[in-house]
Amino acid sequence: MRADAPTGDHRQVSATLSVSPPRVRRCYRRPDKGLLGGVATGLAEHIGISTKLVRVLFLVFCTAGGLGVALYGAYWIVLPPAPEATKSRFPAWLEFTLAAIAGCCAIAAAAASLPFGGLVLPTTLALIGAALIWRQASEPERDRLRALSRSSLGVGGKDRLGRARIAAGAALIVGGAVIVLARADVTAIRDGLLAGVVTLFGIVLLTGPWWIRLMTQLGDERSERIRSQERADIAAHLHDSVLQTLALIQRNASSPREVARLARGQERELRTLLYGDRTASGQVADALRDAAGEVEDAYAVTVDVVLVGLGDTALTERLNAAVAAAREAMVNAAKHSGVTSVSLYGELEATTVVVFVRDRGKGFDPDEVAGDRHGVRASIIDRVERHGGTVRLTTAAGSGTEIQIRMPVS
Amino acid sequence: MSEQRCVRVVLVDDHGMFRAGVRSELGERVNVVGEAGDPAEAVRVIRETTPDVVLLDVHMPDGGGQSVLETIGSSLPDTRFLALSVSDAAEDVIAVIRAGARGYVTKTISADDLADAIKRVAEGDVVFSPRLAGFVLDAFRDAPITPSVDEDLDQLTPREREVLRLLARGYAYKEIAAELYISIKTVETHASNVLRKLQLSSRHQLTRWAADRRML
Repeated sequence: MRADAPTGDHRQVSATLSVSPPRVRRCYRRPDKGLLGGVATGLAEHIGISTKLVRVLFLVFCTAGGLGVALYGAYWIVLPPAPEATKSRFPAWLEFTLAAIAGCCAIAAAAASLPFGGLVLPTTLALIGAALIWRQASEPERDRLRALSRSSLGVGGKDRLGRARIAAGAALIVGGAVIVLARADVTAIRDGLLAGVVTLFGIVLLTGPWWIRLMTQLGDERSERIRSQERADIAAHLHDSVLQTLALIQRNASSPREVARLARGQERELRTLLYGDRTASGQVADALRDAAGEVEDAYAVTVDVVLVGLGDTALTERLNAAVAAAREAMVNAAKHSGVTSVSLYGELEATTVVVFVRDRGKGFDPDEVAGDRHGVRASIIDRVERHGGTVRLTTAAGSGTEIQIRMPVS
Repeated sequence: MSEQRCVRVVLVDDHGMFRAGVRSELGERVNVVGEAGDPAEAVRVIRETTPDVVLLDVHMPDGGGQSVLETIGSSLPDTRFLALSVSDAAEDVIAVIRAGARGYVTKTISADDLADAIKRVAEGDVVFSPRLAGFVLDAFRDAPITPSVDEDLDQLTPREREVLRLLARGYAYKEIAAELYISIKTVETHASNVLRKLQLSSRHQLTRWAADRRML
């Protein structure tokens, strides 16, 4: 579509309607295919080995002090479900129960091998609380997540269910901690401290990945929204202007002059949309461009605008006069020259603005213009000279006309 | 001047409709010996036919006109390139000129002007559309801020500036010659000097200027 300029991609992005983000290969879990949470299937798909092998590996790890269970649980939490796997094979409650049981088993195994096995009940309670909060986060319910993200720990303002779940989870965690403390000997503060640390650690563990997941989802969502907004903007513009113009062109198909005028106006508009005003921009330049556009529209001619320089000087009364004179010159060229193409060249410097309006039409003899015709005299020459500028008129019958307007900026 | 020998032209544009339009507009004035719709095909056709002039679209998929110019490089010294584009974007225009095109015209150019531009490029001249002249004037507007390696390449002489301004105002070479009381040959020399400067100047502003334009 375009040359490989180093800065070249920008426009392509805004010009082509569909832009796909760079594809990154990600590891997902496949709750739609797997036996349990789809972790083994997802891993197998990602690495490219057989699902059975992964499962066997997990079972082998289970014999090593329950490591397999812990790993599986961790993956279940960390891996996002594959986007195409919208539905789990299991109903939500079953999945939840399975996850809870798996977690409980892991905790029971850990508790049995540790000296303070009495902590199993409180820890399990805490875990169930954690699981509640986890379920909350892993459901890709965008609206709810967005609502959640506004408050600190996800207490969505209007989301009663989510709030209740979080409250329940938190209560269970606190309950677990309280029971630990109540059971503990007054002398064994060590246990209490340990429980506190464990609880704290649990919370950190809980909220960390939760936030990570939340952020990724929000980021994805935002870029998607921006993209669709851009698409909608362009579509709206195309509809408003291009389709309208095409309809008008079809209706005026019998009048070439009208078709050319419509096409030219549309071209100008699209150019501004696509390329912006790449050459000189600023008030004076814009005013000159607008004037050229108006003349094009009104008289069905083509005005080739070439502007050089800054053009960003404020549009003073003086420069206004120069622009108005240039406009008048263009109108004259459009009306009287007999050609359909006019050149407008402007040099917009900091101290002086020089504008040339030229046509290759039939030209005229300034002395022969009837005295009561004010065009050139009043609206161009006098107007410019009144504001301290100069006008030079070059014309002769048959050789076109050029009007040079020179206006000091201050 | 081999009398009436038709200029052999290859059209490169990814829009078949546009190629057909140009072909019929140019009619008998040139001899269209080949067409291509993408850069790879263009390079093949150009190598096969070794035309006098290649009408090269700036915007095409797979790298556009610039990639054709870069692939051909200097391997075909007798083939000259005239860039043709619908784009007003300064950086595109400057990029193809710097890649070796001998001129730039917009697609809205009339058939007569296009035929004339092709003829001029075939004869070794340079074609500046008013817009390109404006770009060049803008790009070389300020004096270089840093002392440059080659002063000569980084500055336009007053005379060259004068010629460019007239080109930007829509003057033809003949009219410029009359206006400045110089011969057409001298105008052509000035134009090709400007093109050389545009292609070779190390002026960092040139690239930056074109890039800046995109930001506005």
